[in-house]
Amino acid sequence: MDRRSFLKSSSAALAGSSATLLPLAAMAADDIVVGSIHDLSGGLDIYGKPMADCMTLAVEELNAAGGLLGRKLKLATYDPQSNMQLYAQFAQQSALKDKAAVVMGGITSASREVIRPVLGRHKALYFYNTQYEGGVCDRNTFCTGVTPAQTVAKLIPYAMKKWGKKVYVVAADYNYGQITSQWVKKFVQEQGGSVASIDFFPLDVTNFGPTISKIEAAKPDMIVSALVGGSHIAFYRQWAAAGLNKKIPLASTTFAGGNEHIVLSPAECDGFLVSYNYFQSLDTPQNKAFKERFYKRFGADYPNITELAMGTYQGFKLWAEGVKKAGSLDRLKVIAALESGVSIDGPSGKVSIDPETHHCVLNVSIAEVRNKQLSIVETFQQQKPLDTSAVCNLKKNPNDNQQYVIKA
Amino acid sequence: MDLAVVVLIQVLYAVAGLVIVSAGLAVIFGMMKVINLAHGEFMMLGAYATLGAHQLGLNLWLAMLVVAPLAVGAVGVLLERLVVRRLYGRMVDTMLATWGLSLLLVGIVTSVMGNTTAGVSAPLGSFAVGAYSVSGYTLVIIAVAVVLALTIRWVLLRTPWGLIARGTMQKPEMANALGIHPGRVYATTFAVGAALSGLAGGLLAPLTGVVPTMGGAFVAKAFITVIGGGPAILAGLVGASSLFGAINQLATFLTTPVLGEVALLLAAIVMLRLLPQGITGRFFKGSL
Repeated sequence: MDRRSFLKSSSAALAGSSATLLPLAAMAADDIVVGSIHDLSGGLDIYGKPMADCMTLAVEELNAAGGLLGRKLKLATYDPQSNMQLYAQFAQQSALKDKAAVVMGGITSASREVIRPVLGRHKALYFYNTQYEGGVCDRNTFCTGVTPAQTVAKLIPYAMKKWGKKVYVVAADYNYGQITSQWVKKFVQEQGGSVASIDFFPLDVTNFGPTISKIEAAKPDMIVSALVGGSHIAFYRQWAAAGLNKKIPLASTTFAGGNEHIVLSPAECDGFLVSYNYFQSLDTPQNKAFKERFYKRFGADYPNITELAMGTYQGFKLWAEGVKKAGSLDRLKVIAALESGVSIDGPSGKVSIDPETHHCVLNVSIAEVRNKQLSIVETFQQQKPLDTSAVCNLKKNPNDNQQYVIKA
Repeated sequence: MDLAVVVLIQVLYAVAGLVIVSAGLAVIFGMMKVINLAHGEFMMLGAYATLGAHQLGLNLWLAMLVVAPLAVGAVGVLLERLVVRRLYGRMVDTMLATWGLSLLLVGIVTSVMGNTTAGVSAPLGSFAVGAYSVSGYTLVIIAVAVVLALTIRWVLLRTPWGLIARGTMQKPEMANALGIHPGRVYATTFAVGAALSGLAGGLLAPLTGVVPTMGGAFVAKAFITVIGGGPAILAGLVGASSLFGAINQLATFLTTPVLGEVALLLAAIVMLRLLPQGITGRFFKGSL
């Protein structure tokens, strides 16, 4: 095969395959397009797949109920493959080519900061549905996930009351771990406790032996972990192998987000405390009905409906509620409607938009790992995003557009 | 006192870990001069082989110490036959080809097993050293590293295969003239190297999360160790592992894990500036 014919045939193949990837051609003219940008392959797909599944379910449910404003919805799904350049490209395509009424997506804080300016520039409404470190202040953006003032603020006092005042923090070495560990420190000190040490680990560290000995030497009453990703699972393994999970208890802001409680054995992680907005074990009629629909659509053997997946489902519902209230798809009208205080009764309880910060007021629960399940021990009603509202007021400064780094 | 013992165990463990992780590469890169960028993926395959065999009900020790090296050794035979065989003596080309192989292996395993973290718990539980507890598995890693180093030494020095392999690597034409088929010796040596990498993966499976991309965390350290070791593969392997492992672990104890990693890399850079041929380029010359 000579070069010319190779180029020709391979570009034809490329065009063919990308045409099947992009669902544009099939779209009817009057369908409302909803953009969905979640990692379905690459290192983050464990987080992204349940989110995309919830997107699909939410859109299908709304269409079955007659759509929005009398029109059907069409999901335009993109897979950025855990690659930041693709995030920028797909955000642009969503905004300009698909003219999406809203774009939902982004998982890591890095990916959010890639697509947020792109969507702002092209005037496409953006929903970020992931738990994160807080502080985003942008009128075009709604952050429906929980922030440290909602989860860490409850988890730390609960754990300290149960276990003691001397805390040792281990965290992932990037902005999430750095900022979250500062919040942990703040809440520990507010409770009259002390932080023995905060140790950061690059995401590829797998040998925790020295740290574990250091922790033993420091003799803390409890550990707080903000470790992230596959390599860091090694910490919990080695922690248990040294027999310490029986001696020093552990609370975490990230554990179970990637289904760690299913990967590890019950002997290794039973008794860990975590705190999120949603747990699939929540015993409410809405959650039961939701799980029934979810399992019917995606199979009863679905390992775990994650916090991030529920964030996505509820984020979409909030947007749909906003559109109904506005009676229009016009971006500014929808924002104004959402800012008037829209709320839904989601599977995790009542979720409402906080007009000043574009974050959410929602329920937060603390759960304990028991035999590969997360059993809820306490639920706190209607927690406000106090960290972000301390620095951000979009009612007063609608043109504000930045992420505040909160000093704890 | 307790702390001193614990630190000593942890340092030995770090050294042993480097020996185990780098042994396969020492054979494939150190002896055969094939820049095997798929080394980490060989380890990953070993970890998955261990996991698979264990899930099928096999004893964990058998899965780690027997199934993992055999399975990856077989993969090594296949890949040598298909790819590496054509590239002996072309170091840069082997780098490109094995890099491609590593991407391919990650892709295949991801599509078969999914990109989720799996794993098994470490066996043996823990024992107490004064006020500290140490995982029993740590001692297993140290013991395996010692046995591994002694076995490699014995095979290379005391058996006819070792002699033939060393001779063939030095002068394939002469070995051929003496009636030895160099192609077969290369294939066997590559398979042994792959099997050692598989063994490393199996042994690490209980210590780390098993994911298709896990190899990336080890491949750089393995190369640094083998290159730092220099031309004598076994003395170099043990020497460089001891130096880097001790520096890494002591720095981690004294400061933070981040600085521990930095100290290891810094030590490697300084050492290669002073000893560009590696440790055995200057010391222990002529040893194995």
